[in-house]
Amino acid sequence: MRAVDALMECLKAEGVEVVFGLPGGANLPTYDAFHDAGIRHILVRHEAGGGHAAEGYAKATGRVGVALGTSGPGATNLVTPICDAMMDSVPVVFLTGQVRTELLGTDGFQEADTIGITMPIVKHSMLIQHPLELPRAIHEAFHIARTGRPGPVVVDIPTDLSRADIPYEPITDVHLPGYQPTTDGNHKQIRLAAKALANASRPVIYAGGGSVSAAEELVEFATSDRLPVTCTVMGLGAFPGTHPQWLGMLGMHGTRTANYAIDEADLIVAIGARFDDRVTAKLSEFAPHAKFVHIDVDPAEISKNVPAHIPIVGYAKKILPKLTAEYRALEPDAKRLDEWWHRIESWRERHPLTFTDSTDAEIKPQYMVQALYEATQGDAVVCSDVGQHQMWAAQHYHFGRPRQWINSGGLGTMGFGLPAAMGAKVGRPEEMVVCITGDGSFQMNTQELATCAQNGIDVKVFIMNNGYLGMVRQWQELFWDRRYSHVDTGQYPDFVKLAEAYGATGMRFTDKHTLVEDMRQALATEGPVVADVRVAAEENVYPMIAPGQAARDMVG
Amino acid sequence: MGEPGTKEILSLAELEAAGSFRTGRKHILSILVENKPGVLTRITGLFARRGFNIDTLAVGPTDDETISRITLTLDGAVQSIDQVTKQLHKLINVLKIRDLEPTETMARELALFKISSDGGNRAEVMQVCEIFRAKIVDVSKRTLVAEVTGTQEKIDAFERLVRPFGLVEMARTGEIAIARGRSET
Repeated sequence: MRAVDALMECLKAEGVEVVFGLPGGANLPTYDAFHDAGIRHILVRHEAGGGHAAEGYAKATGRVGVALGTSGPGATNLVTPICDAMMDSVPVVFLTGQVRTELLGTDGFQEADTIGITMPIVKHSMLIQHPLELPRAIHEAFHIARTGRPGPVVVDIPTDLSRADIPYEPITDVHLPGYQPTTDGNHKQIRLAAKALANASRPVIYAGGGSVSAAEELVEFATSDRLPVTCTVMGLGAFPGTHPQWLGMLGMHGTRTANYAIDEADLIVAIGARFDDRVTAKLSEFAPHAKFVHIDVDPAEISKNVPAHIPIVGYAKKILPKLTAEYRALEPDAKRLDEWWHRIESWRERHPLTFTDSTDAEIKPQYMVQALYEATQGDAVVCSDVGQHQMWAAQHYHFGRPRQWINSGGLGTMGFGLPAAMGAKVGRPEEMVVCITGDGSFQMNTQELATCAQNGIDVKVFIMNNGYLGMVRQWQELFWDRRYSHVDTGQYPDFVKLAEAYGATGMRFTDKHTLVEDMRQALATEGPVVADVRVAAEENVYPMIAPGQAARDMVG
Repeated sequence: MGEPGTKEILSLAELEAAGSFRTGRKHILSILVENKPGVLTRITGLFARRGFNIDTLAVGPTDDETISRITLTLDGAVQSIDQVTKQLHKLINVLKIRDLEPTETMARELALFKISSDGGNRAEVMQVCEIFRAKIVDVSKRTLVAEVTGTQEKIDAFERLVRPFGLVEMARTGEIAIARGRSET
C-alpha cells in the first residue's frame, strides 16, 4: 500500500479518532488517503487553530491529539502550538508535509527546515528519509508523546516518500534505547517522604499540571489527613475547588491564603509542578522555611529551580497511592495540624477573594466569571485564552474535577482559547464546553468560528470585552506610571456581526442584573455562540505579587 | 536520618541540605548517542538555549557504527552538571552519559601549534618541543608546526611556553577520554 495508507493504519492502531488539519501541496497524498481511512478529519482555517485544537482535544481527553499541516508556511504556522504543547506538556503528534526529497535543502517552493525550526520546542522530532521508516516513526512518535512527561512530537514527511508503495505490517514493538522514563518512584524515597510529612506541622501540597492525570490519587492522599492543597494554574481541577482543604490557586494572582501558607510552610509536597517564576515569585524568598518533597516524572525538573530534599521520580498516579499507604501506616498525629489550620482559617477569613462590585448595571469582570459559574452550575469545561480574563476565570470558577479547565499556562498563548475549546468539544461532545476569552485574545484565532459553524461544533464563547489588552494595560498602570502605550483596542470589531458572518449566533450582554439569565440563554442556543460581554474597562486582577517581590508582600 | 524501613518519624531538621548545584571542578562527560542526522545539533542547541557553556567538544565513531561518542568538557564551577546531564538525558537519541571520575580516567587532547621560528630561536623552540614530546611535523623558513598530545593542562602549559616565540595559530581537538581498567566508559 502507499506509505500514506500505512500512515492511516498506524493512526488507527494508535486509537486516533480525529485529526485537525489543513491541506497543501506537500501533504496532498495524505489528504488523498483520508478518503478511505475512516478517520475523522476536521478542516481548520489556520494551522495554528488546528494545533491548538489538537492540544484542547488532548487536554480534555488525556489522549494524544493529532494536527496536520503542509510544508513551509503550514509547518511554521504550527510553531506556536508546538511550543505551547511543549511548555504545558501536552501529548500532540504534529504531522507536517515536506517538499520531495530531491528538493530538500534547495529552498524549494514552500520549503522550510521544519525539523530545524522546531528543534528547541519539541520533545522529539523525526524527518522521514525512507518510506519504510514511516510506520515505525509514527508509532514511536505516539509512544514518546504519550509517555513519561508528555509533549509534542513532530514527524516531517517528504511528499515523494509518502506516495511510495510499501509493504505494511502492524508494529507493536516500539523500543527506544535512549528513552526509558522512570515511572514507579523509588520506594525508599516514598517512605522517607511519608516520614517527613508525618513530622511536618505546617505541610502544604503544591500540585501542578502533572497531577491532573492523578486527580483521584491526589484527593485520596490529601484527605488521608487534613493536608492543605493549592494548585498552579495548570493544576486547577486536580483537587476540587469547593473542598474544605482547598486553599485556592497559588502564585502571582493566587489567593493570599495559598501564598501565605507556602510562605510559612515547613514541608511542601510538590506534585507534577515545576516551580515556575509565576509561582515562586522572588525565588530566593520562596517558601523560606520549607523542605521540599518533589514528585515529578521528569528528573530534569528535580532541583532545577528549587533544590529538592526528597526527590521522587515517576508518575504521580503510581507514587501517590504508595505515599498515602506509607503515610497512613505511620498513624500520624492528626492534632499536630490543628494550629496550622487555625492559622490558615484566619487568613481565609481576613483575605477572601473579593472585589468591589458596581453599584449600577455595569458588569465587573470578576462578576462575569461568577455569573458563568452560576449559569453553567459549575459544570462546564472551561477553555480560556490568556490575560486578565484567564486569571479571573482561574480565581472565580471553582473547578470541581480534572480536565475541566483548559488553558495555555506556560507559553501564555493568546489565541489558544477558541481552537482549544473546539478540540475539547470534539473530544468530549457530551460536555458543555465554554470559552472565556478577551477581546484581544479572541481575535488571534477567530477564523476557527468557521470551523465550528461548518462542523456543528457547539462551543459557547464569552468575550470579556474591556476594549483593552487588559493585562498589559494593568502592568502599564501599576508599574509604568499609567503611561498607556498601544493597549487600547477600541470597540473593534463588532463581535455580534462577526459571529453572524461566520455562521454562529452573536449576542451582546451589558447588564449585570440579567447576566446569568442571558448566559443561560446563550448556553441553551443551538450551535456555536459568541457572547460579547461588555465589562468594566480598567479593572485590575488582584491580589497580585508584583514582579521581583515575595509572596508575603502581595498587594490588592 | 530516620531509616526508611522503620516507623520512626523523620525530623525535618534532619533532612540534609538539598543537592548542591556547583561542584567547582572540571567535568568530562562521555556521551553515547545514536548515529543519526541532527543529533549533534540537538545537543549543541540544548546547550545554547539552556545557557550551558561547553569548554571542549569532540565527536567520533565508536566500535559500533550505529553509535557515536561525544566527549564534552565543562566547568562545574559555572553550571550545574546535574542539570546538564539530566537535560541531555531527555534527548531521545542520547543513549548513555557518563560523568567520568578524574582519577579513573585517561584523557587526551591533540593540538597543532604553528610557531614563529626564523632560525635564531629554532633550537630553543625544538628544545621545548622535546621536553613536551611534541613532534615537529612541518618546517618552513619562518615557522614550524608542532604536534602535541596530552591532557588539557599539558597542552595549556605548552601553549604558555611557546607563545613568547610567536604563536601564529593553533588548533586543538578538545579532550577525548576513556575509563581506566576494565570498566566501560
